[in-house]
Amino acid sequence: MIFVQLFYEFFKTGLLAVGGGLATLPFLKEIALRRAWFSVSQLTDMIAVSESTPGPIGINMSTYAGFHAAGIPGAVVSTLSLVLPSYFIILIVSRFLEKFRDSALVGSIFYGIRPATAGLIAGAMYEVFVLSLFDPQAFAATGSVLDLIRMVPIIVYLAALAAVFKLPRVHPIVFIICGAVLGIALGL
Amino acid sequence: MPNYLNLFLTFARIGAFTFGGGYAMLPILQREVVDKNSWCTEDELTDMYAIGQCTPGVIAVNVATYIGNKCRGPLGAVCSTLGVITPSVCIIIVIAALLSNFAEYAAVQHAFSGIRIVVCALVTKTIWTMVRKNVRDAATAVFFLLSFCSVALLGISPVAAVLVCGLAGALLRGGKTEGGK
Repeated sequence: MIFVQLFYEFFKTGLLAVGGGLATLPFLKEIALRRAWFSVSQLTDMIAVSESTPGPIGINMSTYAGFHAAGIPGAVVSTLSLVLPSYFIILIVSRFLEKFRDSALVGSIFYGIRPATAGLIAGAMYEVFVLSLFDPQAFAATGSVLDLIRMVPIIVYLAALAAVFKLPRVHPIVFIICGAVLGIALGL
Repeated sequence: MPNYLNLFLTFARIGAFTFGGGYAMLPILQREVVDKNSWCTEDELTDMYAIGQCTPGVIAVNVATYIGNKCRGPLGAVCSTLGVITPSVCIIIVIAALLSNFAEYAAVQHAFSGIRIVVCALVTKTIWTMVRKNVRDAATAVFFLLSFCSVALLGISPVAAVLVCGLAGALLRGGKTEGGK
């Protein structure tokens, strides 16, 4: 029964993949090799699609994989199975947190974790940042700093940065839509 | 406090505009959940990101579950979780069924180059806010720089960075009450 198999595989992935959407990738690769549902190259295509569609990458991947395995019902079953373990884990964790939130020890732990979280987010964005604004490949080929800099994207970035700081009341979604329009208009 | 439909729709909106993984969601989440609705505090959101990083599953989904549960209990968590995944499930099904070469269209690529740049700017502001709030002394500056380098340059698991910095915080502060909040 394919739905039971889908449930089993994606529940397992949701339970074991720690550290965000892309952490599901090695698990999905393993499923691709073991089952005839989708191929590794389809999975690679899916990374590109995930980066060009909204939504958490892990969810996009499981929906895509489930759809190829068993159509729309497959997509729904695999995505819900992926989400199910973390649903229960978060309910347990938040009960625990609520209980100990005022404890001084938990306060000390978060004193260390909060700046680290800021660093992690900066670190995760670093690659996107470099690839969007700079051209390390052209730089490696010619060695000229001028080739390293992508002029138009950097100007767009600085303008967007100024807008985001100067117009704090504007909803981030508005900026994102402007970004899409600018991207098409300027051929970024 | 929000009703169930409210939770579902808010998180569906967040899910529909999250481009590039859970981190890119932070600026929108901050606006919708902290600034606009006060469903949780900024600190809680930051903590939830750290926890979502160390618990299994997709970070965006973990954060949605946490906030839904906080607002309206387990059923609220069901609504927010379904909300955040529904847009991507629908979009991906359409793409998988009809537009197999979706990512190759020139317009799509240009639009997403633009979106990525704007998301960089939005996240820069979010990081700036978090740093100003949470980097308060030499130790926290070290935690920030270490975890940045470990993820950006060394490719070490974020889980390790969170655990090490949490432990270091506990050892440094030793459970003394937090001064100057």
